[in-house]
Amino acid sequence: MKGVLEIQRGALGEEPAVERFEVEFESGQTILDGLRFIRRDQDETLAFRFSCINANACKECMMLVDGKTAYACTERLKEGVTKLAPLPKKLLVRDLVTEIAPPDERLELDS
Amino acid sequence: MHLQADVLIIGAGAAGIYAALEANRAGASVLLVDRSLIGRSGATVMAQMTVAAALGEREPDDPSFHLSDTLAAGRGLCDEALSAMVCEEGPGRIRQMDEWKVGWARDGEHIAQVHAPGHDRPRCVYVEVLATGPAVSRTLRTQLKRTPEIRTIGDLVVVDIVVADGRACGAVAVHMASGEIVTLEAKTVIVATGGLTRLYRRNSASSNMGGDGYALALRAGARLVDMEFVQFFPIGHLAPRLVGMDPIMWDPFRYKLGGRLLNAEMREFENDYRNADTRSDGKYLLTRDLATYAITQEVAAGRGSPAGGAYLSFQHIDPDLIRKTFGPIVERLEANGIDLEHQTIEVAPIAHYHMGGVRVNTRMETDVEGLYACGEAIGGSNGANRLSGNAITEAFVFGARAGQYAAARAAKLNTAWSDEAARPILDMMRSASPGSGRNLAETLAQLQSLMADKVGPFRNEADLQAALGSLAGLSEDVGERPQATGQPFDPVLLDWLDLRNMLLVARSVTTAAASRKESRGAHQRDDFLSMDDNWAINQTIALREGKLHLGQQVPNDKKVPA
Repeated sequence: MKGVLEIQRGALGEEPAVERFEVEFESGQTILDGLRFIRRDQDETLAFRFSCINANACKECMMLVDGKTAYACTERLKEGVTKLAPLPKKLLVRDLVTEIAPPDERLELDS
Repeated sequence: MHLQADVLIIGAGAAGIYAALEANRAGASVLLVDRSLIGRSGATVMAQMTVAAALGEREPDDPSFHLSDTLAAGRGLCDEALSAMVCEEGPGRIRQMDEWKVGWARDGEHIAQVHAPGHDRPRCVYVEVLATGPAVSRTLRTQLKRTPEIRTIGDLVVVDIVVADGRACGAVAVHMASGEIVTLEAKTVIVATGGLTRLYRRNSASSNMGGDGYALALRAGARLVDMEFVQFFPIGHLAPRLVGMDPIMWDPFRYKLGGRLLNAEMREFENDYRNADTRSDGKYLLTRDLATYAITQEVAAGRGSPAGGAYLSFQHIDPDLIRKTFGPIVERLEANGIDLEHQTIEVAPIAHYHMGGVRVNTRMETDVEGLYACGEAIGGSNGANRLSGNAITEAFVFGARAGQYAAARAAKLNTAWSDEAARPILDMMRSASPGSGRNLAETLAQLQSLMADKVGPFRNEADLQAALGSLAGLSEDVGERPQATGQPFDPVLLDWLDLRNMLLVARSVTTAAASRKESRGAHQRDDFLSMDDNWAINQTIALREGKLHLGQQVPNDKKVPA
């Protein structure tokens, strides 16, 4: 099967740009699988967070999937277009990565 | 940026957090860093399984019984002093976690204890339903929040430990979000980075378990031990596709309900592989190394399932009982299209845990003054095969110990920080360039396939030598100068740093495996089928001028460095 991921990209302070990636997948595979395929086969600079891969334990891969907050590791890939964007209410780092750590776990660079 | 603390702890899973809490309690200033989020990354949060301790809640038990099972599973290679520490101090830590409201499952008024394979009695506690790891992580994060004196920093990837005049005096790290290089000055340093399962294509751990701590310790001058012993979990989920669950989740189903392991002929085969030292509880027959062997042999003999494993069936079990025991999980399975009443699933061995690791004494000291290690990152307590349930227990016990000893030592030391000693690492980081155009994410996938195909649970000389050749080639491709894009949260730089560590660790595993010409525990060779008494020794490994050097030691030799 084939799907298209339209991904909002760019770092904080940059004009966001949407890039399209075609992804081949098997039934049951997830958005996170698709993002990892893209890094391996098309663009290794794509930034997204994940740690536990597909167990939904670390809760790091939260993003907007077709406008709704979801975990990339449990949301399935589908045929047609899926739009991905960073969480809107968190500070953007780059691409799909936002600052999700509690404030007391962050490095304040001016300190 | 330059940060200072008495004790620097690298890795914020159960071992690292316990170390931080105890070092703080001992009066040290503590800096706890993790490459990912604090208390959410690594193996702890993934553990849906059970935790072993001789609590004696369900029937009388004693740490000596637990020790005897641990040593038997370790096939003669355990460092008994370390194993004994886990068994003796485990119950206290389990009860402490209970006071901290982790929520161990109850059996009436008692903490429930189940009988896991390799144990002589019910000894393993858990949190319902399949929630042990998340509950442990949440509980420890709460303790951290109650201890604001501990400074925690996430998204900080440690590149190397700084060693000045033979003493560990801090580390150099890169902050993922900004790309900023950060120097961390400390009187003592604790490695709590977990294991190396990410070296393998199919694994049960998170993406940050690439063996960082082993590589950090080797480059700092410390020896590793037992690196050939990678535990494969026999019944990792294989098919159909399952997401939102830990792939080793079938184990508790088997503890509680039974569950038949079948080959392509739909015949149970575990009994064919039983041997004398396996204790059976009637439901669940084989320890992990033997079950891995059994499934792999069935597949090799052409009796595997379509996806290349074995079938696991619960069809003979009353569906109401399954639903009663695992209600919420059954619903998650249904969302994945899996109906246990009407279908079998496929399972296969999956890289799960590393018995080997940094060589320490009972004070958790490595060969390098001021450098400590704890948790899965150390080797010795599990010998050639880990007993199920011991991983979280050892994370608590060794973590707490490391924190105490590192804090006590730090109180007696002045800083040994040296800009001069940090400079080569800083120079390396500053030499980063966009690189050759090689896709490192693809290289990483190649490494995982290579390790799975050639250095998996079953090994032989030809495969291991081929792997060493391929690893040398990959190391050359990756080079000694970092690849980076220069952008915030740079996954290219992270892949390069990971490959630098993973390749060194993969070489360590493969070198030790090629040297050990016998089969023992998790190290099985099809060209040396049986256990050889002459090999009742541990192999150590050291890095000198870019080359790995193997050594040997008799288990349980006194090894407190002078």
